[in-house]
Amino acid sequence: MTTQAALPAKAEVRASRRVPGARRNTELILLILAWLVGAYAYANVGLGTEGRLPENLALVIGLVGVLFIGAHVCVRIWAPIADPLLLPVAALLNFLGLSMIHRIDVAEKLRALRNEGPLPSGDMPAQLIWTTLALVLFAGVLVTVRDHRRLQRYTYTAMVAGVVLLLLPMLPVIGSTVNGATLWVQLGPLSFQPSELAKILLTIFFAGYLVVKRDSLALVRRKFLGLGIPRARDLGPILVAWLIALGILAVQKDLGTALMFFGLFVSMLYLATQRKTWLIIGSVMFLFAAVLGYLAFGHVRLRVQVWLDTWSYANDQGYQIAQSLFGLANGGIMGTGLGQGYPQFVPFAKTDFIAAALGEELGLVGFMAILLLYGVIIERALRTAIICRDPFGKLLAAGLGTVLALQVFVVIGGVTRLIPLTGLTTPWLSYGGSALVANWIMLALLLRISDRARRTNLEQSPQVVIKP
Amino acid sequence: MSALALTLLRLGLLALLWFFVLLVASALRRDLIAPPETPLAAGLPGADRARSTSRQRRTRANARVLVVRQGSLAGTKLPLGTSPVTIGRSPDCTLSITDDYASGQHARLRPSEGRWIVEDLGSTNGTWIDRTRITGPTVLEVGAPLRIGQTVLELRK
Repeated sequence: MTTQAALPAKAEVRASRRVPGARRNTELILLILAWLVGAYAYANVGLGTEGRLPENLALVIGLVGVLFIGAHVCVRIWAPIADPLLLPVAALLNFLGLSMIHRIDVAEKLRALRNEGPLPSGDMPAQLIWTTLALVLFAGVLVTVRDHRRLQRYTYTAMVAGVVLLLLPMLPVIGSTVNGATLWVQLGPLSFQPSELAKILLTIFFAGYLVVKRDSLALVRRKFLGLGIPRARDLGPILVAWLIALGILAVQKDLGTALMFFGLFVSMLYLATQRKTWLIIGSVMFLFAAVLGYLAFGHVRLRVQVWLDTWSYANDQGYQIAQSLFGLANGGIMGTGLGQGYPQFVPFAKTDFIAAALGEELGLVGFMAILLLYGVIIERALRTAIICRDPFGKLLAAGLGTVLALQVFVVIGGVTRLIPLTGLTTPWLSYGGSALVANWIMLALLLRISDRARRTNLEQSPQVVIKP
Repeated sequence: MSALALTLLRLGLLALLWFFVLLVASALRRDLIAPPETPLAAGLPGADRARSTSRQRRTRANARVLVVRQGSLAGTKLPLGTSPVTIGRSPDCTLSITDDYASGQHARLRPSEGRWIVEDLGSTNGTWIDRTRITGPTVLEVGAPLRIGQTVLELRK
């Protein structure tokens, strides 16, 4: 199935030889390897749990292979000199996530068989459909957004759309509260988490807004302890961002999203103005909000208490984090092997705690590899920001990298009890359609900026000829 | 499945995963080792450039730095290598200047036989060497003032 799909790609290889330094072939090799690792993991799940290969093995790895090659061909056509590492790394994370979700599906099925209860349908097929949809949208973004600078025109549209999306779950009828967080929109059988898409729109807004305003925001009235103090009226934007984050915390009871948006705004403010003062002001405001949240909101207080004193709550509110820590300890350095651990003991092992499940079955060694893969994506995003010539693209690329970095830090920090637990999805790994779609769209935007940036730079060295 | 087979399977997956990470790392390395002679390439994907330079064996021009003497960017130094340099207001230019009297793509400097040639790219206010407006490709000597809008630049060794 996949060898057939690889054929059109071969023809493309010859066509794109004209652009030296594009390294599309590096991407293809890495992508095939990513597919192999994922397919191996998927087969391993079947062998480890039930002692035989999963019955839909050929279908699943074939479909994923076709999707990956399709994405690669799209990049070759529409972003021919984009960064070669982003796609394979994200693809591997996506496939590993699929395998792990399947592994927990199997565990749930076996448990149902033991208890003679009804068989659960499993979430892996749904995630596979979401992956397909996400990659179609990925290609769609590459086709429609031919120049990322166009997005700057929609700065304020993006803001309005982003804020509306953030507010949607609070509306009656369509909004729904799951596990205490008002984050979902329910439309008939479909539900999605609009904050995932809002993060892209708000990154576009922050980038567009800061490009215009950064000169005045970088102004310094006087110096204090070696730090420039910004003018009082320039504090407006950061104050608004802070209030919105606090509002999300209070109304939607979602710590993770609030933290991510405020962190993103402060980081981008720093990137745009190069003033460390903003980081300090941001941290002080964050600490103030944290104390305020602790005193005012019961759910925040509970999260902090569980974090500080997990074992007193190990049987009730801290059950999840305690089980996650048991799982990680059970995995140890080399892991239990796929299908050999008990990741299903952790509630929400497919979504918030997929990192714990992977940590248990792949061990510290596998966990570190996954963290490094995230590091690579973030590094590539920041590298794209460095080589990008136009300020909007620079800020957008850096902002998208920052969103990913914050998200990975908050969720993995929470799972490993480094920081209080907050519910955020693990990019590409977690079960969840909206998150997967949003992350692939972010990747398409990064590839677009990277393609533009590298094009400008290659064009200026005379030896390189670039086809129009 | 025997325990031994499962253990081998488990270690195989970890090995494969790390093989992928190492391949990614080796691909990254090509970006980190910047070729020494790339001019504006600090932080650019310079590896590609280095390969193409060695293929064509270009000779290095005499001047090594372009310095902004007057204008909003006064004091800025742009190290020169073997690639042409564009100057203008557009952020796409190699040297992007903030100068209301400069055009988007104002002028281009390119090395030729050990010297730097300056060309006007159809700018509104013209490109001047000292007091003369250039009309075609002109050799820019080291130390001669190149005027673009209200900005004055010069080559240095």
